Amino acid sequence: MKVAVLKGGRSLERQVSLRSGAQIEDALQRLGHETVVIDVGPELVKQVRAAKPDVAFIALHGRDGEDGAVQELLGAIGVPYTGSGPSACIRCADKVLAKHLMRDAGVPTPEFHSFNETAFRELGAAAALKDIEQSLGFPLVVKPAGQGSALGIKFARGSEDVPGALLAAFSYDRKVLLERYVRGRDLAVSVLDSEGSGEPVALPIVEAVPRDENFYDFEARYEIGRTTFVCPAELAPDVAAQARKLALEVYALLGCRGFARVDLMLEQDSGELWVLETNAIPGFTETSLLPQAADAAGIDFDELVSRILVSAPTR
Amino acid sequence: MVRESAGCCMEPISPVPHLPAKLVSAAMAIDEIPPTRRRARPAAHELERYEDLFAVRTRGMRSSAMREMMALTERPEVISLAGGLPDTTTFPPELYAKLMARVAAESTARALQYGPTGGMAVVMEGIVKVMEAEDTVVDAEDVIVTTGGQQVIDLVCKTLIDPGDVIVAEAPTYPGAVPTFSAYEADVVQIEMDEEGMPIDALEETLDALQAGGRRPKFIYTIPNFQNPGGVTMSLERRQRLVEVARERELLILEDNPYGLLRYEGEPLPTLYSLDASNAGRGGASDLVIYLGTFSKILSPGLRLGWAVAPRPVLEKLNLGKQGADLCSSPVTQLFVAAYLDEQDWMGYIQTLRDLYRKRRDTMLEALEKHFGEQARWTKPQGGLFIWATLPPYIDTTDLLARALESENVAFVPGRAAYMDGRGASSMRLNFAGIREQDIREGIGRIGKVVDEQVGLFGTLTRNGDGP
Repeated sequence: MKVAVLKGGRSLERQVSLRSGAQIEDALQRLGHETVVIDVGPELVKQVRAAKPDVAFIALHGRDGEDGAVQELLGAIGVPYTGSGPSACIRCADKVLAKHLMRDAGVPTPEFHSFNETAFRELGAAAALKDIEQSLGFPLVVKPAGQGSALGIKFARGSEDVPGALLAAFSYDRKVLLERYVRGRDLAVSVLDSEGSGEPVALPIVEAVPRDENFYDFEARYEIGRTTFVCPAELAPDVAAQARKLALEVYALLGCRGFARVDLMLEQDSGELWVLETNAIPGFTETSLLPQAADAAGIDFDELVSRILVSAPTR
Repeated sequence: MVRESAGCCMEPISPVPHLPAKLVSAAMAIDEIPPTRRRARPAAHELERYEDLFAVRTRGMRSSAMREMMALTERPEVISLAGGLPDTTTFPPELYAKLMARVAAESTARALQYGPTGGMAVVMEGIVKVMEAEDTVVDAEDVIVTTGGQQVIDLVCKTLIDPGDVIVAEAPTYPGAVPTFSAYEADVVQIEMDEEGMPIDALEETLDALQAGGRRPKFIYTIPNFQNPGGVTMSLERRQRLVEVARERELLILEDNPYGLLRYEGEPLPTLYSLDASNAGRGGASDLVIYLGTFSKILSPGLRLGWAVAPRPVLEKLNLGKQGADLCSSPVTQLFVAAYLDEQDWMGYIQTLRDLYRKRRDTMLEALEKHFGEQARWTKPQGGLFIWATLPPYIDTTDLLARALESENVAFVPGRAAYMDGRGASSMRLNFAGIREQDIREGIGRIGKVVDEQVGLFGTLTRNGDGP
């Protein structure tokens, strides 16, 4: 098969995407496919048309790749592609939309409020911050709605931190959310459609464990290299089962296809599970979580790539 | 929430702005990707074993979201004020060809052979001449030739620093020294500068406090001229006091002086090395200053050639350290530099650079005045490559860079990179030397626009009815 690997782009996650793309390209070649690599830019449509691939493997993270734009374009020019379609990508990429959908469907997600710049500029949203702070409590988390990497995520420990945290988050997106901070364990459940039936299956859970247990520096937890990953996570069987069930529910709710990764928190005090967000195109580097989870399930990298390729609809 | 690891490799911040695509692909062609690349990579569970093998010091060697972001500054449409680059397009191509031809024709076997670890005598003699231009007299025997000035920082740490040892540095300090200090697990104490550089009173207080805790720094790291990134110059009085304090307390100083000859106004100030040497009055050699020089800014960083002048016992250790690091710096570039210094008007070339960079500095200062206005302050360097600008405290320049790249295609170095302790978040380093004047004006205009937006937005975020 001739496969176009779409990678790079100009999102802040370009570097991760380039590494993901390189890994996927290598795997595709080992699997005997013909590959064309496209660093996504203004010539994308022309390049895809010229390459005439049987399928496009989308290895883009962040803007354009995960927000449905590239999927929309490929659909318009009739090129099949891996992973979720535009609507699921839009629902995943916009954390606020995803959280609304989860809340409406009764999926536990931490309490939140979301505003765009206009709400502050034209509707005086700042006057509502006190109430929000009271209902969410401190520390609270401030995030850009659409940024996939750790950039722009801030923790406000008191009222005085909130405007600065909002300003930082607004550097990455015109829409931001304030969310209740859930103290506990970071879990990621990768979901992969099975061969044949296409039924989605939750892979073994990955836990991100901060390397330095004692630190109270929230930002540092998201710094690359300060975390080790444990897979499968050491969880009570019922908790693991519940996390996987929730992940599958969210996968279906958001309309994902092929694969995705659902991030959850296991709250320390209550023992409750909370869904934070879903990544429609998680990383594919050797240290990324989806390949780790697949590996723990006995699916090596080449097989993972092969299965995702097969799950792409044919022309 | 779980975050992706972006991999374990540290990718250097190496902005190569405006390199034409054709050149890039030509370079790629030389490094043809070997066919073995297609072999299967280690599976996720196999990677864990490396974790256990890594040395403890690698924990300080981290990739970061900021580094990932800096990679985006290399996009051709981005005006990058982030680089640390001089402008190498000013070097005449025919001269480069002529010098290389001379080295190739006259010294084939020597150029292709290993050289002495300490450096080739011809280049050491040249270094003595360059130091004379800084009014600093040194003996060629006190010089070690290194692979760029960066290697001096590494070798000095290798020689002096055990894990936990203290280095006193300026705040902000050279961002490129930060990973080196981290790799040797140094405890870096940074002293905030003012417009005259490191305040010596503050230094003494710090030294007293350290002493009270039973600690003595191994060395004081300073860039006295047109500091990177601060853009400030240490005053003569402070230079005098610094060497006095160092002598009283028997401390070593690492004097990093890459830009001393790139002065655009004002009178040159004596190097710490020469001040201490004349104070000591022992025939001109300092026994507490390790001097770091480099050809990177006065000739070319691509040559990777720098040097240290150091007290003899330190020099011997640096030499042993260099044996372990790379045996010797490239004889090809050493012979090139020797030929250049021997036959060319190298001071004339430095004068060309001064004239060019002075104009660019003035252009940037004007643009800052116009576009940054009252909400920011910035340094007015008398030389060097950089201006350090500081915004209101609520603006984090790492986040600002994301917005600047995303909406305005412009880049700078966020201030945090110049601190070991998370300070510097509202500052940025701007390079004026490597960028054309129209790009400086445009680039500063774009950053100013993003800053204005953020300042305006912050106003609305704090307008909550009962005061901020």
